[in-house]
Amino acid sequence: MKRILVIGGGMAGSIVANGLARKLNTELNNGTTEITVISATDKHLYQPGLLYLTFGRVTESELIRDQRSILDKRIKFHVDPATKIDADAKKVTTQSGKTHECDYMVIATGSRLVPETVPGLAEGAHNFYSVEGAKKLRDTLKAFKGGKVVVNVNAPHKCPVAPIEITCMLHDFLGEQGVLDKSEIMYTYPVGRVHAMQPVADWAAPEFEKLGIKSETLFNTKEVDPVKKTITSEEGVTLNYDLLITIPPHKGQQVVEDSIEGAAGGWAPTDKKKLYLEGKTDVFICGDTTNIPISKAGSTAHFEADTIVDNISSLIKEGTMARDYDGKVFCFIETGKEEGSYVWFNYTTPPAPGLPTKAVHRFKLAYNKMYWLSAKGML
Amino acid sequence: MSERKLIDARGAACPGPMMELIAMLKLIEIGDEIELLSNDPGTASDVPTWCQKVGHTLISKTKEEDHWALVVSRAK
Repeated sequence: MKRILVIGGGMAGSIVANGLARKLNTELNNGTTEITVISATDKHLYQPGLLYLTFGRVTESELIRDQRSILDKRIKFHVDPATKIDADAKKVTTQSGKTHECDYMVIATGSRLVPETVPGLAEGAHNFYSVEGAKKLRDTLKAFKGGKVVVNVNAPHKCPVAPIEITCMLHDFLGEQGVLDKSEIMYTYPVGRVHAMQPVADWAAPEFEKLGIKSETLFNTKEVDPVKKTITSEEGVTLNYDLLITIPPHKGQQVVEDSIEGAAGGWAPTDKKKLYLEGKTDVFICGDTTNIPISKAGSTAHFEADTIVDNISSLIKEGTMARDYDGKVFCFIETGKEEGSYVWFNYTTPPAPGLPTKAVHRFKLAYNKMYWLSAKGML
Repeated sequence: MSERKLIDARGAACPGPMMELIAMLKLIEIGDEIELLSNDPGTASDVPTWCQKVGHTLISKTKEEDHWALVVSRAK
């Protein structure tokens, strides 16, 4: 029997597991293949929806489903997080003390927020990258009577376009609340332009200027003083704020950092085309967990997962890999005023986003509902 | 001093070479080095400018056939 173990039940892990269940339907049914998913939680969160929760456009319950209901019934599922990953032996030890051995391992443990690595950031700033954070920010924004809002971006972070999206949607929101004329939005970004992708920065910079949104680039957060309400950069700039919204720095999971050689920060060393853990041919890395210099985004996870599904199923059925990951990423960008754009690229095709339209925004809203089909490996 | 870390950001569109460098600098010890490979034309000027502004050390900047190789040491 071939045993496949997927560590992590988020977007990447769910798409891999469900995709394999579809591709290996016969093998699952006749018992020659077994798929197991282990996760730290029994819930599945649609993370891109947190942006909409922040502005009251969706409710929490619309973003969360039971993980068991997402997974194919034949997949074994345990809420029992990994505490040690032995990639050489292809064995995982979990919190309950159980061990799982396998023939193919997929590590899809995602990323976590580490605002505590910047002094004062966790205490002084809101963030919308968790359900609790998005709800708290939502409530604060509803009561906001005007003032200086700093939108602060730290590296590395997942969802690369979220800083642009939150800023544009915030501008709309303050206008709807009637406090835009009493407010100032200041956007900080770590590199020398308003977005890492040049074409996105080329669109956003004049748009920000048109909307009166100020920006401070080459701003890498050194510390926040929650009492004085100031944020200071390594580059020596200090900004005052009335409301601080941060995209905090991220790391990979501690178990990856502790278990995998070379996994600085919890990012596992990954072959950018095969998606193997470097040095292995039967351990794959998927989603945010990789150390590939690529967007940490849902679409990246999705396209990587599709590649891993094709490859593991081909290895089991035919003893050979099927294809390489081509580096594809596709991200919608909410640009405010009920409009949106999208950007896609891969290892050989650079990004070239189109101008925002209402149609793309509406398609994004539709995708927010269709996501659950993606998680089930159907879309 | 640990072994030099390599970031091969050739062809990396997002988040791009500078962001990858900034992220990796947070993970290494003071004195350790990163070699960044990039074919993004701005990297060759952005990285030295930023290092000087923040206080990290640019060890070397080399033009290869189709990319730049920059070595940066974490100074603080």
